[in-house]
Amino acid sequence: MNAYLKPVPTPSKISAPFWAAARRHKLVLQRCERCRAFIYYPRPRCPECLDDRLTWEEATGRGTVYSFTVVRRAASRAFSDAPYILAIVELEEGPHITTNILAAPEAVRIGMKVTAYFDDVTPECTLVKFKPADA
Amino acid sequence: MSLKSKAAIIGIGELKPSKEPGESTALELMAAASAQAIADAGLEKADIDGFLVGMPFNDPGILYPSAAAEALGLRPRMLNQVDIGGASGAGMVWRAAAAIDGSMCRAVLCVTADLNRLGDQRPPMISTAREFEWPYGNIGANCGYAMIAQRHMYEYGTRPEQMAKVAVDQRKSALKNPLATFNDKPLTIDEVLSSRMIVDPLHLYEIVSPVCGGAAVVVVGPELARRSPHPAVWLLGAGESCGHASITYAPSLTESAVKQSAATAFAMAGLGPRDMSLVCPYDCYTITVLVTLEDAGFCKKGHGGPFVMEHDLSYAGDLPCNTHGGQLSFGQPGLAGGMSHVTEAARQLMGRAGERQVRDARLAFVNGNGGIMSEQTSLILERRA
Repeated sequence: MNAYLKPVPTPSKISAPFWAAARRHKLVLQRCERCRAFIYYPRPRCPECLDDRLTWEEATGRGTVYSFTVVRRAASRAFSDAPYILAIVELEEGPHITTNILAAPEAVRIGMKVTAYFDDVTPECTLVKFKPADA
Repeated sequence: MSLKSKAAIIGIGELKPSKEPGESTALELMAAASAQAIADAGLEKADIDGFLVGMPFNDPGILYPSAAAEALGLRPRMLNQVDIGGASGAGMVWRAAAAIDGSMCRAVLCVTADLNRLGDQRPPMISTAREFEWPYGNIGANCGYAMIAQRHMYEYGTRPEQMAKVAVDQRKSALKNPLATFNDKPLTIDEVLSSRMIVDPLHLYEIVSPVCGGAAVVVVGPELARRSPHPAVWLLGAGESCGHASITYAPSLTESAVKQSAATAFAMAGLGPRDMSLVCPYDCYTITVLVTLEDAGFCKKGHGGPFVMEHDLSYAGDLPCNTHGGQLSFGQPGLAGGMSHVTEAARQLMGRAGERQVRDARLAFVNGNGGIMSEQTSLILERRA
């Protein structure tokens, strides 16, 4: 098996629960107890109201493609296996997330419904990607 | 507070970009551009008492301003690094004016320079980009602007040939600019659209080419401006705004912080888009120009595509836009790419643009843009009759 050479996240104290949940194939988001906002990426305080009472909630894993591109030539050698689909997905809970869509490039559309797919890229790391909801 | 007519650009220094650095270092390029600008202003090095500098990506380090000032032999009474990406050049101009207006200094050297470095040698980014963007391949600026273009096409029906027209018209002006990297042959819309697709929907010729180079301007107050060897180019209005760092968390992909920065600058100047003789909007990609012109109020939101088809953006046209060729034809020497919009506007307003001189150029709109439509700095510049 080939070694995984792409960048992997280094979880921080704040983000560790997010990546640990991904490892268990769950998508979790921070939620502000005060203003009830869902938050992604994980932050030390709520970016809406700066309250520090944040809890973790499991998300539905459903979303829609807000925008995407087919990267045919990547800026980094680690992604020399391009083309790949890079997208911003709007989660059902509201936040936007940068991710990859696992689909044929010509099948992806803005507004398309997608669901989370957990890609175990290394024994320690699982990335949150998406695939078409009807696939 | 208003910075209207408090300071003026009186000196320009700009190097011809090169693809390869040869033996040059970023500091050498910075020194060369600085020497040019100070001489152009008719000043001596000892006259420079304010120093604003952009850190070269190729030679990063903390405490950069004092290191660069020492290397250039400056003894500034005000010094700082301006770290707002492609908006740094424009951002330096109003910061210089504010420092001069506050009597902290009299003559500010604003300088940027860099070598051409690509790919995996890029400088360290904030940890959130490394953690939540890079693992998915959102590395560099191409992907973000591609997603902006894709969404703009989706929301407003913008077409590839409309975006391509920006690169084509700017090339017409580049042919008259001896400093431009791409100034040897014209470009057609078909050539842009048949160039290699890099990140859908952006083709190779819609993407800036990184080069080595440097650019500087000298900003002074009214007293020194009166002694300028050239017509002084006055700052009439300035505005700045930033809504996000990563485009993922931007409130909108298609509506940018230019709305706030340009509105602030126009209000300070007491002028509007229709008053401008020329525009120098940041052009890292073709789509950047459409979004900027829309958000600055040159046309209705979403109409940037049809708007650029209806107007001739070349130096001889009805809306001269980036008459140095823009970064798309001039090249992008790091932060000096963003400074090129300032130098070109100043050159035009001074009446020193040679064969590409815009007739009766009196007022210019300049927009600097950092990151992925993140930091926005708008300037209104004027030549007094």
